[in-house]
Amino acid sequence: MSNNSNYKDSSSIPPLASGGGGASSSGGGALQYLKDVFNGLKSLATGLRRTLYYFTHHKEIITEQYPENRDTLNLPERFKGEVVMPHDENNEHACTGCTACELACPNATIKIITKFDITPEGKKKKALDKFVYHLELCTMCNLCVVACPTDAIKMAQTFEHSVFDRSELTKILNKPGSKIREGIE
Amino acid sequence: MVIEMVIAGVCVIGLFAALGLVLVLMERRVAAWIQIRLGPNRVGPKGMLQSLADTVKLLVKEGMTPNGADKFLFNFAPFIAMMVAMLLMAPIAFAKDFQLWDLNIGVLYFSAISSIMVISILMAGWASNNKYSLMGAMRSGAQIVSYELSAGLSILAVVILTGSLNLNEIIQSQADGWWIFKGHIPVIIAFIIFIIAVTAETNRAPFDLAEAESELTAGFHTEYSGMKFALFFLAEYINVFIVCAIGATLFLGGWMPFHIGHWEAFNHVMDYIPSSLWFFGKTFFLIFLIMWFRWTFPRLRIDQLLNLEWKYLLPISMFNILLVTLMAILGWHF
Repeated sequence: MSNNSNYKDSSSIPPLASGGGGASSSGGGALQYLKDVFNGLKSLATGLRRTLYYFTHHKEIITEQYPENRDTLNLPERFKGEVVMPHDENNEHACTGCTACELACPNATIKIITKFDITPEGKKKKALDKFVYHLELCTMCNLCVVACPTDAIKMAQTFEHSVFDRSELTKILNKPGSKIREGIE
Repeated sequence: MVIEMVIAGVCVIGLFAALGLVLVLMERRVAAWIQIRLGPNRVGPKGMLQSLADTVKLLVKEGMTPNGADKFLFNFAPFIAMMVAMLLMAPIAFAKDFQLWDLNIGVLYFSAISSIMVISILMAGWASNNKYSLMGAMRSGAQIVSYELSAGLSILAVVILTGSLNLNEIIQSQADGWWIFKGHIPVIIAFIIFIIAVTAETNRAPFDLAEAESELTAGFHTEYSGMKFALFFLAEYINVFIVCAIGATLFLGGWMPFHIGHWEAFNHVMDYIPSSLWFFGKTFFLIFLIMWFRWTFPRLRIDQLLNLEWKYLLPISMFNILLVTLMAILGWHF
């Protein structure tokens, strides 16, 4: 309802109190007045049509009956529950330990602990030791996922995070014994 | 005579309770569906018992009276609201030959008594000794005084055409067609103005400035709790019912069935539907209309509210009265 001109002259109080007549007192006069009434009614009808559409179209309702339909939940695509690091069947992940996510995080949710692997050529190479993720500090802003150059982390849709002890919310995302996938720099 | 009065009183109170429960549930359902939600669906089958549970909750709550309040007026105000609602029930014809009080100035009685509604709001706002309550009450005063005018003028349109203030005679005059069909455009304009004005008079959104929960916490009933609050709440819904009943009586023919000219068969079928069903059907249609407004339009500011009345509704309805009078004199209606 952007052009709700019925209330146009009242929504912007004129600086001069004497000009209270607004649109109807200046120039256009009666014609402008009728136009205001007509446009006002038209925009009200537009609003009413929209709400009547929703009133009669119950399939638009997206409310989830949560505890009952726990198994058949239909979460929207963009719903974000927690940060996870996908591992493939060889227990390999894509994280290089570059700390881009740690730097991107606005409230220090992520802490990357790196180690040095010895490559076959005998060179030292920086690698991920522990990906520490503080779920209790996370606001699901998605900045870490955007910052990651190798798509090593993503947002999962799990949301039942309640625990009795706060320390359980500090998670290590890379699985024990996992290593970086071949060919990811 | 006394027994009759007792029976009538019990019926009215029973109707009040039933209407309160039904209308609150209806409001929440309409609101939910318009806002793409499900609405109450936990208590009872499909949430049918939700408003009953709410009533029980309100009944067992403590009825607080603030220390700084004027105790007598504070506790008296909700009862005035209820009394006004009860008095307004008297002239309504619920069905054929079913009316508490067939008085010959029914329309005048309605517009006179419904103005007392504002007294209870002013009383509640003043006695609460709370700035929010007082502001809500004052706004409500300004609002009802203004909108009485256009409500009265739009009612007058039908009175001019009928030539009677008796609600029964007004209904009888619509036996061959409801005024909204017989009266052409002027009566339709009067009907629209009537609906707008009574929405304002019953303090419902988009004209709920007396409550204005985003600005005044809860306006005139900020300090009320428990059953005293419930009485205000109930009175609001009863008033909505009453103004819709009056609207249905004046413009949509009250309990008169829907007839089309000389379609004898069609008219006979329509006559088989009980007159009470016609009345309640029309009334609930208007109630739905008012609920639909509430959940569609944003609340007006006080200056917008008064602008709408004094610059738009009042001039239009005055001009409209002229048209209707002309129409009645020249006999241009069916």
